[in-house]
Amino acid sequence: MAGAGGGNDIQWCFSQVKGAVDDDVAEADIISTVEFNHSGELLATGDKGGRVVIFQQEQENKTQTHSRGEYNVYSTFQSHEPEFDYLKSLEIEEKINKIRWLPQKNAAQFLLSTNDKTIKLWKISERDKRPEGYNLKEEDGRYRDPTTVTTLRVPVFRPMDLMVEASPRRIFANAHTYHINSISINSDYETYLSADDLRINLWHLEITDRSFNIVDIKPANMEELTEVITAAEFHPNSCNTFVYSSSKGTIRLCDMRASALCDRHSKLFEEPEDPSNRSFFSEIISSISDVKFSHSGRYMMTRDYLSVKIWDLNMENRPVETYQVHEYLRSKLCSLYENDCIFDKFECCWNGSDSVVMTGSYNNFFRMFDRNTKRDITLEASRENNKPRTVLKPRKVCASGKRKKDEISVDSLDFNKKILHTAWHPKENIIAVATTNNLYIFQDKVN
Amino acid sequence: MSAEIPEAASAEEQKEMEDKVTSPEKAEEAKLKARYPHLGQKPGGSDFLRKRLQKGQKYFDSGDYNMAKAKMKNKQLPTAAAPDKTEVTGDHIPTPQDLPQRKPSLVASKLAG
Repeated sequence: MAGAGGGNDIQWCFSQVKGAVDDDVAEADIISTVEFNHSGELLATGDKGGRVVIFQQEQENKTQTHSRGEYNVYSTFQSHEPEFDYLKSLEIEEKINKIRWLPQKNAAQFLLSTNDKTIKLWKISERDKRPEGYNLKEEDGRYRDPTTVTTLRVPVFRPMDLMVEASPRRIFANAHTYHINSISINSDYETYLSADDLRINLWHLEITDRSFNIVDIKPANMEELTEVITAAEFHPNSCNTFVYSSSKGTIRLCDMRASALCDRHSKLFEEPEDPSNRSFFSEIISSISDVKFSHSGRYMMTRDYLSVKIWDLNMENRPVETYQVHEYLRSKLCSLYENDCIFDKFECCWNGSDSVVMTGSYNNFFRMFDRNTKRDITLEASRENNKPRTVLKPRKVCASGKRKKDEISVDSLDFNKKILHTAWHPKENIIAVATTNNLYIFQDKVN
Repeated sequence: MSAEIPEAASAEEQKEMEDKVTSPEKAEEAKLKARYPHLGQKPGGSDFLRKRLQKGQKYFDSGDYNMAKAKMKNKQLPTAAAPDKTEVTGDHIPTPQDLPQRKPSLVASKLAG
Protein backbone atom coordinates (compact mmCIF):
# COMPACT_ATOMS: atom_id res chain seq x y z
CA MET A 1 0.00 0.00 0.00
CA ALA A 2 1.73 3.18 -1.10
CA GLY A 3 2.32 5.75 1.58
CA ALA A 4 3.03 9.43 1.39
CA GLY A 5 6.42 8.58 0.00
CA GLY A 6 4.98 6.30 -2.62
CA GLY A 7 6.24 2.96 -3.80
CA ASN A 8 6.57 0.58 -0.86
CA ASP A 9 3.77 -0.89 1.16
CA ILE A 10 3.29 0.76 4.53
CA GLN A 11 3.81 -1.46 7.52
CA TRP A 12 1.71 -0.20 10.37
CA CYS A 13 3.00 -0.59 13.92
CA PHE A 14 1.40 -0.04 17.26
CA SER A 15 2.67 3.12 18.92
CA GLN A 16 0.47 4.04 21.88
CA VAL A 17 -2.92 3.42 23.46
CA LYS A 18 -4.74 5.86 25.76
CA GLY A 19 -7.61 5.16 28.11
CA ALA A 20 -8.74 2.67 30.72
CA VAL A 21 -8.08 -1.03 30.38
CA ASP A 22 -11.20 -2.27 32.09
CA ASP A 23 -14.09 -3.64 30.08
CA ASP A 24 -16.71 -1.80 32.09
CA VAL A 25 -17.01 1.37 30.06
CA ALA A 26 -18.57 4.41 31.70
CA GLU A 27 -20.83 6.17 29.21
CA ALA A 28 -19.00 9.45 29.68
CA ASP A 29 -15.77 7.84 28.46
CA ILE A 30 -17.14 6.91 25.06
CA ILE A 31 -15.00 8.76 22.50
CA SER A 32 -17.15 10.76 20.10
CA THR A 33 -14.66 12.63 17.94
CA VAL A 34 -10.94 12.61 17.03
CA GLU A 35 -9.10 15.34 15.12
CA PHE A 36 -5.50 16.28 14.34
CA ASN A 37 -4.68 19.98 14.06
CA HIS A 38 -3.24 21.43 10.82
CA SER A 39 0.37 20.68 11.68
CA GLY A 40 -0.36 17.29 13.21
CA GLU A 41 1.42 18.29 16.39
CA LEU A 42 -1.80 18.27 18.38
CA LEU A 43 -4.46 15.57 18.54
CA ALA A 44 -7.83 16.33 20.13
CA THR A 45 -10.49 13.92 21.33
CA GLY A 46 -14.01 14.64 22.54
CA ASP A 47 -16.18 12.28 24.55
CA LYS A 48 -19.76 11.66 25.58
CA GLY A 49 -19.09 13.33 28.93
CA GLY A 50 -18.44 16.64 27.21
CA ARG A 51 -14.69 16.58 27.87
CA VAL A 52 -11.90 17.41 25.46
CA VAL A 53 -8.43 15.90 25.81
CA ILE A 54 -5.59 17.29 23.68
CA PHE A 55 -2.38 15.35 23.12
CA GLN A 56 0.85 16.90 21.91
CA GLN A 57 3.53 15.16 19.92
CA GLU A 58 6.90 15.21 21.67
CA GLN A 59 9.79 16.74 19.79
CA GLU A 60 11.71 14.09 17.93
CA ASN A 61 14.28 12.40 20.06
CA LYS A 62 17.72 13.41 18.89
CA THR A 63 19.35 10.18 20.03
CA GLN A 64 16.72 7.87 18.56
CA THR A 65 16.63 9.28 15.08
CA HIS A 66 14.33 6.58 13.77
CA SER A 67 11.45 7.07 16.17
CA ARG A 68 8.80 9.70 15.93
CA GLY A 69 7.57 11.67 18.88
CA GLU A 70 4.96 10.19 21.18
CA TYR A 71 1.68 11.90 21.93
CA ASN A 72 1.25 12.92 25.55
CA VAL A 73 -1.49 14.80 27.34
CA TYR A 74 -1.19 18.52 26.72
CA SER A 75 -4.49 19.86 27.99
CA THR A 76 -7.88 18.61 29.12
CA PHE A 77 -11.04 20.54 29.90
CA GLN A 78 -14.79 20.26 30.24
CA SER A 79 -16.12 21.74 27.03
CA HIS A 80 -19.86 21.21 27.37
CA GLU A 81 -22.17 20.33 30.22
CA PRO A 82 -25.57 18.65 30.18
CA GLU A 83 -28.50 21.01 29.92
CA PHE A 84 -32.24 20.81 30.06
CA ASP A 85 -34.44 22.98 27.88
CA TYR A 86 -37.47 23.35 30.12
CA LEU A 87 -39.53 25.13 27.51
CA LYS A 88 -39.29 22.26 25.04
CA SER A 89 -38.79 19.44 27.54
CA LEU A 90 -35.57 18.64 25.76
CA GLU A 91 -32.58 17.03 27.32
CA ILE A 92 -29.39 18.42 25.75
CA GLU A 93 -26.51 15.99 25.82
CA GLU A 94 -23.03 17.21 26.60
CA LYS A 95 -21.52 14.79 24.11
CA ILE A 96 -18.98 16.46 21.83
CA ASN A 97 -20.13 15.75 18.29
CA LYS A 98 -17.25 17.40 16.45
CA ILE A 99 -14.00 19.24 17.04
CA ARG A 100 -12.40 21.37 14.34
CA TRP A 101 -9.08 23.16 14.71
CA LEU A 102 -8.39 26.65 13.45
CA PRO A 103 -5.09 27.18 11.64
CA GLN A 104 -2.55 28.63 14.00
CA LYS A 105 -2.15 32.41 13.77
CA ASN A 106 -0.15 33.17 16.92
CA ALA A 107 1.24 31.41 19.96
CA ALA A 108 -2.17 30.18 21.07
CA GLN A 109 -4.21 27.34 19.56
CA PHE A 110 -7.90 27.62 18.82
CA LEU A 111 -10.52 24.96 18.26
CA LEU A 112 -14.26 24.77 17.79
CA SER A 113 -16.14 22.09 19.70
CA THR A 114 -19.83 21.42 19.46
CA ASN A 115 -22.55 19.37 21.13
CA ASP A 116 -26.10 19.04 19.79
CA LYS A 117 -26.97 22.70 20.28
CA THR A 118 -24.01 24.94 21.11
CA ILE A 119 -20.67 25.59 19.45
CA LYS A 120 -17.77 26.94 21.49
CA LEU A 121 -14.49 28.50 20.43
CA TRP A 122 -11.73 27.48 22.83
CA LYS A 123 -8.35 29.14 23.21
CA ILE A 124 -5.53 26.94 24.41
CA SER A 125 -2.51 28.93 25.51
CA GLU A 126 0.75 28.21 27.25
CA ARG A 127 2.15 30.01 30.19
CA ASP A 128 5.79 29.32 31.00
CA LYS A 129 6.82 32.57 32.69
CA ARG A 130 5.52 34.47 35.63
CA PRO A 131 6.31 37.89 36.99
CA GLU A 132 8.28 38.04 40.22
CA GLY A 133 9.55 40.85 42.41
CA TYR A 134 6.49 43.00 42.94
CA ASN A 135 6.93 45.94 45.26
CA LEU A 136 3.57 45.77 46.96
CA LYS A 137 2.99 42.00 47.01
CA GLU A 138 4.87 39.15 48.64
CA GLU A 139 5.74 36.12 46.53
CA ASP A 140 2.79 34.22 47.99
CA GLY A 141 0.36 37.00 47.04
CA ARG A 142 -0.12 38.67 50.39
CA TYR A 143 -0.01 42.43 50.29
CA ARG A 144 2.93 44.16 51.86
CA ASP A 145 2.48 47.06 54.17
CA PRO A 146 3.48 50.05 52.00
CA THR A 147 5.19 51.71 54.94
CA THR A 148 7.72 48.85 55.07
CA VAL A 149 8.84 49.41 51.51
CA THR A 150 12.22 51.11 51.52
CA THR A 151 13.54 50.37 48.05
CA LEU A 152 11.95 49.94 44.66
CA ARG A 153 12.60 47.13 42.25
CA VAL A 154 11.44 46.31 38.78
CA PRO A 155 9.44 43.05 38.56
CA VAL A 156 10.92 40.55 36.11
CA PHE A 157 9.56 37.49 34.32
CA ARG A 158 11.06 34.24 35.54
CA PRO A 159 10.52 30.83 33.98
CA MET A 160 7.96 28.52 35.58
CA ASP A 161 6.62 25.05 34.94
CA LEU A 162 4.62 24.99 31.76
CA MET A 163 0.92 25.56 32.33
CA VAL A 164 -1.56 25.02 29.55
CA GLU A 165 -4.81 26.89 29.94
CA ALA A 166 -8.02 26.43 27.99
CA SER A 167 -10.59 29.21 28.02
CA PRO A 168 -13.84 29.61 26.12
CA ARG A 169 -13.56 32.71 23.95
CA ARG A 170 -16.87 32.56 22.08
CA ILE A 171 -20.12 30.73 22.64
CA PHE A 172 -22.36 30.32 19.61
CA ALA A 173 -25.74 29.32 20.96
CA ASN A 174 -29.45 29.26 20.19
CA ALA A 175 -29.19 28.89 16.44
CA HIS A 176 -30.18 25.26 16.02
CA THR A 177 -33.57 23.72 16.62
CA TYR A 178 -32.34 20.29 15.60
CA HIS A 179 -29.17 18.42 16.47
CA ILE A 180 -25.85 19.71 15.15
CA ASN A 181 -23.98 17.00 13.23
CA SER A 182 -21.20 19.02 11.57
CA ILE A 183 -19.07 22.10 11.85
CA SER A 184 -16.62 23.21 9.18
CA ILE A 185 -14.23 26.13 9.07
CA ASN A 186 -14.09 28.11 5.85
CA SER A 187 -10.81 28.57 3.99
CA ASP A 188 -11.21 32.31 4.61
CA TYR A 189 -10.46 31.49 8.28
CA GLU A 190 -13.12 34.01 9.31
CA THR A 191 -16.36 32.11 8.93
CA TYR A 192 -17.60 28.61 9.59
CA LEU A 193 -20.74 26.59 9.06
CA SER A 194 -22.76 24.46 11.44
CA ALA A 195 -25.26 21.91 10.19
CA ASP A 196 -28.15 20.20 11.94
CA ASP A 197 -30.69 17.71 10.59
CA LEU A 198 -32.59 20.29 8.60
CA ARG A 199 -30.61 23.52 8.47
CA ILE A 200 -27.14 24.90 7.86
CA ASN A 201 -25.98 28.17 9.40
CA LEU A 202 -23.06 30.42 8.55
CA TRP A 203 -21.21 32.16 11.37
CA HIS A 204 -18.42 34.68 11.72
CA LEU A 205 -15.88 33.54 14.30
CA GLU A 206 -15.99 36.95 16.00
CA ILE A 207 -19.77 37.33 16.13
CA THR A 208 -21.88 35.23 18.45
CA ASP A 209 -25.22 37.00 18.40
CA ARG A 210 -25.93 36.56 14.74
CA SER A 211 -25.88 33.68 12.30
CA PHE A 212 -27.06 33.38 8.71
CA ASN A 213 -29.18 30.49 7.61
CA ILE A 214 -27.87 29.24 4.25
CA VAL A 215 -29.70 25.95 3.82
CA ASP A 216 -33.17 25.06 5.05
CA ILE A 217 -34.74 21.77 3.99
CA LYS A 218 -37.51 21.75 6.55
CA PRO A 219 -40.78 21.04 4.73
CA ALA A 220 -43.81 23.23 5.46
CA ASN A 221 -45.61 20.12 6.64
CA MET A 222 -43.41 17.84 8.76
CA GLU A 223 -45.44 14.86 7.60
CA GLU A 224 -43.75 15.32 4.25
CA LEU A 225 -40.26 14.96 5.70
CA THR A 226 -38.31 12.44 3.66
CA GLU A 227 -34.66 13.24 4.19
CA VAL A 228 -32.33 14.96 6.63
CA ILE A 229 -28.87 16.52 6.42
CA THR A 230 -26.25 14.12 7.72
CA ALA A 231 -22.96 16.01 7.21
CA ALA A 232 -21.60 19.22 5.73
CA GLU A 233 -18.18 20.60 4.87
CA PHE A 234 -16.61 23.66 3.30
CA HIS A 235 -14.39 23.21 0.26
CA PRO A 236 -10.71 23.38 1.34
CA ASN A 237 -9.81 26.10 -1.17
CA SER A 238 -12.95 27.76 -2.54
CA CYS A 239 -14.43 29.85 0.23
CA ASN A 240 -17.78 30.07 -1.54
CA THR A 241 -18.33 26.32 -1.91
CA PHE A 242 -19.64 23.75 0.52
CA VAL A 243 -21.32 20.36 0.33
CA TYR A 244 -23.91 18.59 2.42
CA SER A 245 -24.95 14.96 2.40
CA SER A 246 -28.35 13.46 3.09
CA SER A 247 -29.95 10.38 4.59
CA LYS A 248 -31.00 9.38 1.09
CA GLY A 249 -27.44 9.03 -0.17
CA THR A 250 -27.19 12.29 -2.11
CA ILE A 251 -24.61 15.05 -1.85
CA ARG A 252 -25.40 18.62 -2.79
CA LEU A 253 -22.72 21.15 -3.65
CA CYS A 254 -23.72 24.75 -3.07
CA ASP A 255 -22.20 28.05 -4.12
CA MET A 256 -22.81 30.89 -1.70
CA ARG A 257 -22.33 33.43 -4.48
CA ALA A 258 -25.45 32.19 -6.23
CA SER A 259 -27.90 33.36 -3.58
CA ALA A 260 -28.22 34.11 0.11
CA LEU A 261 -30.23 30.96 0.74
CA CYS A 262 -28.57 27.99 -0.93
CA ASP A 263 -31.62 25.76 -1.05
CA ARG A 264 -31.03 25.20 -4.73
CA HIS A 265 -27.89 23.21 -5.23
CA SER A 266 -25.28 23.92 -7.88
CA LYS A 267 -24.51 20.22 -8.23
CA LEU A 268 -26.28 17.08 -7.10
CA PHE A 269 -24.18 13.95 -6.69
CA GLU A 270 -26.19 10.75 -6.74
CA GLU A 271 -25.46 7.26 -7.93
CA PRO A 272 -28.40 5.83 -9.86
CA GLU A 273 -29.93 2.80 -8.23
CA ASP A 274 -31.23 -0.29 -9.93
CA PRO A 275 -34.91 -0.28 -8.91
CA SER A 276 -35.09 -4.06 -9.06
CA ASN A 277 -32.47 -4.24 -6.32
CA ARG A 278 -34.41 -2.02 -4.01
CA SER A 279 -35.28 -3.44 -0.59
CA PHE A 280 -36.51 -2.19 2.76
CA PHE A 281 -32.89 -1.58 3.71
CA SER A 282 -31.80 0.28 0.58
CA GLU A 283 -32.45 3.76 1.81
CA ILE A 284 -31.14 3.12 5.30
CA ILE A 285 -27.81 1.75 4.12
CA SER A 286 -27.45 4.47 1.50
CA SER A 287 -27.60 7.17 4.18
CA ILE A 288 -24.28 9.03 4.14
CA SER A 289 -22.68 9.23 7.56
CA ASP A 290 -19.66 11.34 6.61
CA VAL A 291 -18.40 13.51 3.76
CA LYS A 292 -14.81 14.73 3.45
CA PHE A 293 -13.09 16.73 0.74
CA SER A 294 -9.67 15.57 -0.39
CA HIS A 295 -6.83 17.91 0.55
CA SER A 296 -6.53 18.85 -3.11
CA GLY A 297 -10.18 19.86 -3.30
CA ARG A 298 -10.66 17.91 -6.50
CA TYR A 299 -12.43 14.95 -4.89
CA MET A 300 -14.76 14.21 -2.03
CA MET A 301 -15.30 10.98 -0.15
CA THR A 302 -18.58 9.74 1.30
CA ARG A 303 -19.21 6.91 3.75
CA ASP A 304 -22.45 4.97 3.75
CA TYR A 305 -23.15 1.87 5.79
CA LEU A 306 -21.34 -0.64 3.63
CA SER A 307 -18.99 1.35 1.43
CA VAL A 308 -16.71 4.33 0.86
CA LYS A 309 -17.15 6.27 -2.38
CA ILE A 310 -14.83 8.78 -4.01
CA TRP A 311 -16.49 11.43 -6.15
CA ASP A 312 -14.87 13.70 -8.71
CA LEU A 313 -16.44 17.13 -8.24
CA ASN A 314 -16.68 17.37 -12.01
CA MET A 315 -18.89 14.30 -12.30
CA GLU A 316 -22.26 14.16 -10.61
CA ASN A 317 -23.82 11.02 -11.92
CA ARG A 318 -21.65 8.44 -10.21
CA PRO A 319 -18.61 8.07 -7.97
CA VAL A 320 -15.24 7.45 -9.61
CA GLU A 321 -14.23 4.85 -7.04
CA THR A 322 -16.19 2.61 -4.68
CA TYR A 323 -14.62 0.53 -1.92
CA GLN A 324 -16.50 -2.14 -0.01
CA VAL A 325 -15.84 -1.87 3.69
CA HIS A 326 -17.68 -4.94 4.95
CA GLU A 327 -19.85 -6.33 2.18
CA TYR A 328 -20.32 -9.54 4.21
CA LEU A 329 -22.77 -7.59 6.38
CA ARG A 330 -25.28 -7.42 3.55
CA SER A 331 -26.58 -10.84 4.51
CA LYS A 332 -26.90 -9.76 8.15
CA LEU A 333 -28.97 -6.64 7.62
CA CYS A 334 -32.01 -8.05 9.41
CA SER A 335 -30.18 -8.53 12.72
CA LEU A 336 -28.23 -5.32 12.25
CA TYR A 337 -31.55 -3.52 11.93
CA GLU A 338 -32.89 -5.20 15.06
CA ASN A 339 -29.88 -4.25 17.17
CA ASP A 340 -29.77 -0.75 15.65
CA CYS A 341 -26.24 -1.21 14.32
CA ILE A 342 -27.52 -0.39 10.85
CA PHE A 343 -27.79 3.21 12.06
CA ASP A 344 -24.15 3.44 13.19
CA LYS A 345 -22.42 6.50 11.78
CA PHE A 346 -18.94 5.68 10.57
CA GLU A 347 -16.53 8.43 9.62
CA CYS A 348 -13.78 8.33 7.01
CA CYS A 349 -10.56 10.20 6.35
CA TRP A 350 -7.87 10.86 3.74
CA ASN A 351 -4.13 10.60 4.21
CA GLY A 352 -2.05 13.71 3.62
CA SER A 353 -1.38 13.01 -0.05
CA ASP A 354 -4.95 11.82 -0.83
CA SER A 355 -3.59 8.46 -1.96
CA VAL A 356 -5.08 6.33 0.83
CA VAL A 357 -8.45 6.49 2.60
CA MET A 358 -9.39 4.94 5.91
CA THR A 359 -12.58 4.05 7.74
CA GLY A 360 -13.69 1.92 10.66
CA SER A 361 -15.75 -1.24 10.99
CA TYR A 362 -16.86 -3.67 13.72
CA ASN A 363 -14.83 -5.94 15.98
CA ASN A 364 -12.41 -3.03 16.38
CA PHE A 365 -11.33 -3.53 12.78
CA PHE A 366 -10.46 -0.63 10.55
CA ARG A 367 -9.86 -0.59 6.83
CA MET A 368 -7.53 1.28 4.47
CA PHE A 369 -7.85 1.53 0.71
CA ASP A 370 -4.96 2.57 -1.51
CA ARG A 371 -6.39 4.44 -4.45
CA ASN A 372 -3.32 3.88 -6.62
CA THR A 373 -2.54 0.21 -6.09
CA LYS A 374 -6.20 -0.68 -5.42
CA ARG A 375 -5.03 -2.80 -2.52
CA ASP A 376 -6.84 -2.76 0.79
CA ILE A 377 -6.01 -3.93 4.26
CA THR A 378 -7.92 -4.71 7.45
CA LEU A 379 -6.23 -4.07 10.78
CA GLU A 380 -7.36 -4.43 14.36
CA ALA A 381 -7.08 -1.98 17.25
CA SER A 382 -6.40 -4.26 20.15
CA ARG A 383 -4.22 -4.25 23.23
CA GLU A 384 -2.98 -7.69 22.24
CA ASN A 385 -0.76 -6.15 19.59
CA ASN A 386 0.72 -3.52 21.84
CA LYS A 387 4.43 -3.98 21.39
CA PRO A 388 5.87 -0.84 19.84
CA ARG A 389 7.44 -1.35 16.42
CA THR A 390 5.74 -4.73 15.97
CA VAL A 391 4.06 -4.73 12.59
CA LEU A 392 0.30 -5.24 12.78
CA LYS A 393 -0.99 -8.41 11.23
CA PRO A 394 -3.68 -7.99 8.58
CA ARG A 395 -7.07 -9.43 9.51
CA LYS A 396 -9.52 -11.25 7.33
CA VAL A 397 -13.23 -11.93 7.75
CA CYS A 398 -14.59 -15.13 6.35
CA ALA A 399 -17.97 -14.39 4.79
CA SER A 400 -19.13 -17.91 4.25
CA GLY A 401 -17.93 -21.40 3.75
CA LYS A 402 -14.86 -22.85 5.30
CA ARG A 403 -13.04 -20.56 7.66
CA LYS A 404 -9.32 -20.57 7.17
CA LYS A 405 -6.91 -20.40 10.05
CA ASP A 406 -6.52 -16.83 11.38
CA GLU A 407 -9.75 -15.78 9.73
CA ILE A 408 -12.74 -14.72 11.76
CA SER A 409 -16.27 -15.62 10.77
CA VAL A 410 -18.96 -12.98 10.39
CA ASP A 411 -20.97 -14.47 13.24
CA SER A 412 -18.04 -14.11 15.62
CA LEU A 413 -17.68 -10.40 15.03
CA ASP A 414 -18.32 -8.22 18.06
CA PHE A 415 -20.77 -5.54 16.93
CA ASN A 416 -20.33 -3.63 20.17
CA LYS A 417 -16.72 -2.95 19.29
CA LYS A 418 -17.14 -0.29 16.65
CA ILE A 419 -14.55 2.05 15.25
CA LEU A 420 -16.55 5.10 14.22
CA HIS A 421 -13.82 7.75 14.45
CA THR A 422 -10.40 7.73 12.84
CA ALA A 423 -7.95 10.48 11.93
CA TRP A 424 -4.82 10.66 9.77
CA HIS A 425 -1.92 13.00 10.51
CA PRO A 426 -1.89 15.70 7.79
CA LYS A 427 1.75 15.11 6.87
CA GLU A 428 3.00 11.82 8.27
CA ASN A 429 1.88 8.22 8.34
CA ILE A 430 0.54 8.46 11.85
CA ILE A 431 -3.07 7.52 12.50
CA ALA A 432 -5.37 7.85 15.49
CA VAL A 433 -8.07 5.22 15.83
CA ALA A 434 -10.78 5.42 18.49
CA THR A 435 -12.39 2.29 19.85
CA THR A 436 -15.31 2.73 22.27
CA ASN A 437 -13.23 4.25 25.05
CA ASN A 438 -9.62 3.90 23.99
CA LEU A 439 -7.48 5.89 21.59
CA TYR A 440 -4.88 3.98 19.58
CA ILE A 441 -2.01 5.62 17.77
CA PHE A 442 -0.29 3.70 14.99
CA GLN A 443 2.73 4.70 12.93
CA ASP A 444 4.42 3.28 9.91
CA LYS A 445 7.59 1.34 10.51
CA VAL A 446 10.47 3.80 10.28
CA ASN A 447 13.55 2.08 9.01
CA MET B 1 -44.71 -26.23 -7.54
CA SER B 2 -47.87 -28.17 -8.52
CA ALA B 3 -49.56 -27.75 -11.89
CA GLU B 4 -52.78 -26.42 -10.30
CA ILE B 5 -51.20 -23.02 -9.48
CA PRO B 6 -52.07 -20.37 -12.08
CA GLU B 7 -49.29 -19.20 -14.39
CA ALA B 8 -48.95 -15.61 -13.10
CA ALA B 9 -48.49 -16.58 -9.43
CA SER B 10 -46.00 -19.23 -10.36
CA ALA B 11 -43.90 -16.75 -12.32
CA GLU B 12 -43.99 -14.31 -9.39
CA GLU B 13 -42.98 -16.93 -6.88
CA GLN B 14 -40.24 -18.03 -9.24
CA LYS B 15 -38.86 -14.49 -9.32
CA GLU B 16 -39.07 -14.26 -5.52
CA MET B 17 -37.10 -17.46 -5.19
CA GLU B 18 -34.55 -16.14 -7.65
CA ASP B 19 -34.32 -12.92 -5.70
CA LYS B 20 -33.63 -14.79 -2.51
CA VAL B 21 -30.89 -16.68 -4.19
CA THR B 22 -29.30 -13.75 -5.99
CA SER B 23 -29.88 -10.96 -3.49
CA PRO B 24 -28.89 -11.42 0.17
CA GLU B 25 -30.48 -8.06 0.85
CA LYS B 26 -33.89 -9.21 -0.34
CA ALA B 27 -33.52 -12.38 1.72
CA GLU B 28 -32.85 -10.26 4.79
CA GLU B 29 -35.86 -8.12 3.97
CA ALA B 30 -38.04 -11.22 3.80
CA LYS B 31 -36.70 -12.33 7.18
CA LEU B 32 -37.54 -8.94 8.68
CA LYS B 33 -41.03 -8.88 7.22
CA ALA B 34 -41.62 -12.35 8.60
CA ARG B 35 -40.71 -11.19 12.09
CA TYR B 36 -42.49 -7.87 11.94
CA PRO B 37 -45.40 -8.15 9.53
CA HIS B 38 -46.75 -4.72 10.49
CA LEU B 39 -43.54 -2.90 9.62
CA GLY B 40 -44.34 0.36 7.82
CA GLN B 41 -44.93 0.39 4.11
CA LYS B 42 -42.61 3.32 3.66
CA PRO B 43 -39.11 1.95 4.02
CA GLY B 44 -36.67 4.04 5.99
CA GLY B 45 -39.01 6.97 5.79
CA SER B 46 -40.65 9.38 8.14
CA ASP B 47 -40.68 7.09 11.17
CA PHE B 48 -36.91 6.98 11.44
CA LEU B 49 -36.52 10.64 10.71
CA ARG B 50 -39.12 11.74 13.20
CA LYS B 51 -37.58 9.51 15.87
CA ARG B 52 -34.21 11.03 15.08
CA LEU B 53 -35.49 14.58 15.29
CA GLN B 54 -37.20 13.89 18.59
CA LYS B 55 -34.08 12.62 20.29
CA GLY B 56 -33.76 14.07 23.77
CA GLN B 57 -37.46 14.73 24.19
CA LYS B 58 -38.64 14.08 27.72
CA TYR B 59 -42.27 14.34 28.67
CA PHE B 60 -43.27 15.58 32.09
CA ASP B 61 -46.41 17.48 32.86
CA SER B 62 -46.52 18.72 36.43
CA GLY B 63 -50.29 19.11 36.15
CA ASP B 64 -50.81 15.49 35.15
CA TYR B 65 -48.40 14.37 37.81
CA ASN B 66 -50.09 16.28 40.60
CA MET B 67 -53.54 15.19 39.52
CA ALA B 68 -52.44 11.58 39.44
CA LYS B 69 -50.94 12.04 42.88
CA ALA B 70 -54.21 13.50 44.16
CA LYS B 71 -56.24 10.65 42.66
CA MET B 72 -53.98 8.07 44.24
CA LYS B 73 -54.59 9.58 47.70
CA ASN B 74 -53.46 6.93 50.10
CA LYS B 75 -52.19 4.63 47.44
CA GLN B 76 -48.61 4.72 46.23
CA LEU B 77 -47.34 7.41 43.96
CA PRO B 78 -47.01 6.44 40.33
CA THR B 79 -43.74 4.62 40.13
CA ALA B 80 -40.95 5.42 37.75
CA ALA B 81 -40.75 3.51 34.52
CA ALA B 82 -37.68 1.61 33.43
CA PRO B 83 -34.85 4.07 33.69
CA ASP B 84 -33.82 4.02 30.06
CA LYS B 85 -34.35 6.13 27.02
CA THR B 86 -37.78 4.88 25.94
CA GLU B 87 -40.36 7.50 25.14
CA VAL B 88 -42.53 8.15 28.16
CA THR B 89 -45.99 9.04 26.93
CA GLY B 90 -49.48 7.67 26.89
CA ASP B 91 -51.09 6.20 29.98
CA HIS B 92 -47.98 6.31 32.04
CA ILE B 93 -47.64 9.47 34.08
CA PRO B 94 -43.96 10.39 34.22
CA THR B 95 -42.56 11.20 37.61
CA PRO B 96 -39.70 13.52 38.43
CA GLN B 97 -37.63 10.39 38.85
CA ASP B 98 -38.05 9.73 35.12
CA LEU B 99 -36.20 12.94 34.43
CA PRO B 100 -33.12 12.81 36.60
CA GLN B 101 -31.21 16.02 36.85
CA ARG B 102 -28.19 15.58 34.68
CA LYS B 103 -25.06 16.25 36.62
CA PRO B 104 -21.96 17.19 34.66
CA SER B 105 -19.00 14.82 34.77
CA LEU B 106 -16.68 16.15 37.41
CA VAL B 107 -14.29 13.29 36.85
CA ALA B 108 -11.40 13.84 34.47
CA SER B 109 -11.31 11.82 31.27
CA LYS B 110 -9.50 8.50 31.55
CA LEU B 111 -7.65 9.33 28.33
CA ALA B 112 -5.78 11.96 30.31
CA GLY B 113 -4.93 9.52 33.08
